[in-house]
Amino acid sequence: MTNTKHTLIALVEDKPGVLNRIASLFRRRAFNIQSLAVGSSEHPGLSRMTTVVVGDSAQVEQVRKQLEKLINVVKVSDITEENMVTRELALIKVKASASTRSEIMQIVDIFRANIVDVAPGSLTVEVTGDEDKVNSLLGLLRDFDVKEVSRTGRIALTRGSGS
Amino acid sequence: MKKTGAQILCESLIKEGVEVIYGIIGGAVLPIYDTLPQYPQLRHILVRHEQGAAHAADGYARVTHKAGVCIATSGPGATNLVTGIACAYMDSAPMVAITGQVARPFIGKDAFQEIDITGITIPIVKHNYLVTDVAELAKTVKEAFHIAQTGRPGPVLIDIPRDVQQEQTDFVYPDKIDLPGYKIVSRGHPAQIKKAAKLINEAEQPVIIAGRGIIISQAYDEFKEFAEKAQLPVAHTLLGLGSFPGNHILDLGMLGMHGTGCANMAVQNADLLIAIGMRFDDRATGNTGEFAPNARVIHIDIDPAEIGKNIPTEIPVVGDIKSVLTALNEVIERREHVDWLSQIEQWRYEYPSLEIRQSDELLPQYIVHRIYEATQGDALVVTGVGQNQMWAARYFVYTKPNSIISGGGLGPMGFELPAAMGVKIGCPEKMVWCVAGDGGFQMTIQELATITQENIAVKIAIMNNGYLGMVRQWQELFYGRRYVDTKLWNPDFVKIAEAYDIPGIKVKRREEVIPAIQKAMDYPGAFLIDFLIEPEENIYPIVPPGESLARFFEPSKPEVLGGQF
Ligand SMILES: Cc1ncc(C[n+]2csc(CCOP(=O)(O)OP(=O)(O)O)c2C)c(N)n1
Ligand SMILES: [Mg+2]
Repeated sequence: MTNTKHTLIALVEDKPGVLNRIASLFRRRAFNIQSLAVGSSEHPGLSRMTTVVVGDSAQVEQVRKQLEKLINVVKVSDITEENMVTRELALIKVKASASTRSEIMQIVDIFRANIVDVAPGSLTVEVTGDEDKVNSLLGLLRDFDVKEVSRTGRIALTRGSGS
Repeated sequence: MKKTGAQILCESLIKEGVEVIYGIIGGAVLPIYDTLPQYPQLRHILVRHEQGAAHAADGYARVTHKAGVCIATSGPGATNLVTGIACAYMDSAPMVAITGQVARPFIGKDAFQEIDITGITIPIVKHNYLVTDVAELAKTVKEAFHIAQTGRPGPVLIDIPRDVQQEQTDFVYPDKIDLPGYKIVSRGHPAQIKKAAKLINEAEQPVIIAGRGIIISQAYDEFKEFAEKAQLPVAHTLLGLGSFPGNHILDLGMLGMHGTGCANMAVQNADLLIAIGMRFDDRATGNTGEFAPNARVIHIDIDPAEIGKNIPTEIPVVGDIKSVLTALNEVIERREHVDWLSQIEQWRYEYPSLEIRQSDELLPQYIVHRIYEATQGDALVVTGVGQNQMWAARYFVYTKPNSIISGGGLGPMGFELPAAMGVKIGCPEKMVWCVAGDGGFQMTIQELATITQENIAVKIAIMNNGYLGMVRQWQELFYGRRYVDTKLWNPDFVKIAEAYDIPGIKVKRREEVIPAIQKAMDYPGAFLIDFLIEPEENIYPIVPPGESLARFFEPSKPEVLGGQF
């Protein structure tokens, strides 16, 4: 079986220590996760977590079932095969001088990204999109010397009216 | 009327039907202990080490099917529980562990005896709680017992800060539980049951692997009917011994690393494996890549995460075993497997599992078998870890559920004595034999004091080989006989027992075995026999680690056996 990226979304109780339980499970069972993002959901008291897991389908099914066994985890779905919207947000601080600034701004425009901070020697760029888009922008900006990057990791929802 | 947290805890335990708690007092649980005399229904067993409290609660839980309760103070008391909690976790035993914690204002300040026990135990509990508000306490206890005792059972820890124990609130024990993330599938999916039945009906060389899940689900009658109706031979995991009569014609004994030749050959040659309430532990499967190469696999278990975890499964049936087997019994056909059973009889003959070699030496196999005969099998055997455990598993014929209690998954030396205490307290009318290793016994030997103080009549049989025997055996077989740090200097166990006010005798010769066992049985209280067994006796067969189950060694034929593959 081949290793691929799987997107799991989970509804988890918003209680102290829940993230610790989840992280502990990933570590202890040697599951390979690429990103994990948590925030509140539409249900009061429940958070929605998106995690990207790398593995073959049997391994990922193990991850899903082990997660579901945690008492504070209400539901976990592997939505990889479903029609989904995925987004990631990144903040990128890049070195910018008088001579490179306009070129950077052009690139930022093409990606429909935003400049959120301007400083004498640098620009901070905010970009949202899927990982490919973020990676491409980051790749281009590397030519100008990227100082700092902060990425949220993937969040995802299935498309359409169902849940 | 308002009650303190300590009172609420005690009353909640009583509501849950708790009768016995095992523990040791300390500063962070003083309010709870101070309250105990108000509740004489709660018998407290004062152990000598918190590991003993946890193993005792575990043993008690396994034989009573009720959560065992242990209690410890914060910091070192709590960390001492860890081995026992891990053992209960690995073997799916229901347990509620209660720990005191420093008062809330001190949490996070590295206060005296402050340890993050909820953090430490996350990977070894089914769930745990830190109670930060006394108003949550009753609800927490209710949830803890529910979680510990239902579905796949396991340990739940409740950490209660000292000031929460003293705080007051109204006591209302909830009758509902609201756990949106806790779902138990109790009935197997009808479509899966149908598919499983089809495979069973069509199989020519079927084998059941029976795990402890059958015992947990108390499905003995259903299981026996199942195996007999479709004439399915039964191999057991270590913890599955006793789920089916060991003297039944369909019984093959234990499979795995020290399994019987017959069970291992049957599993390796099966065309269908029906795994019930077991989890394909590597000690049971040997090399998974070469495990049962021709078999299709049905796996019945209440825990969906066990399906496909170690062995690919064709037909999973997730549900409570009793209900799944009841449903299966309706749809499977009455079958006979004449050729298959005669092949199995052939293996049984070729690899006799109860054969004990002729010798004047004092052999542990002989001792265990004599205990079996003297008790007519009507005893509960609690084992240590190592060779003694395997001899106990193999040379006693287990015909009843819960007749062997062993720390199978964790394999913690020192399990034997405290677990035997819990088993005896759980089943006071039963004869309880603790089969101990001389090494393991010394890890929890202090519980002899508990036994005397609480008058717990367990019979202790030390398999005294003067070695950390199982490891010595590995050194002998796999490390060129280099016995590094496995030889033990031992104290005189009989004198030690006497110092604890427990009578005992030393047995050096074969002829002394039966009288000694009889003497122990006739004595009304606890009794210790120090069996000075043949020091370098091995347990056979043995499948070398990482090898296929078909490649087991036997003593008489030291070359690798198993000609089928
Ligand atoms: C707490 C603990 N430490 C170490 C081990 C590793 N170990 C497994 S069996 C064994 C030897 C046990 O010796 P003994 O209790 O005398 O039993 P025997 O094998 O000799 O019957 C050891 C050291 C273990 N299982 N548990
Ligand atoms: Mg020994």
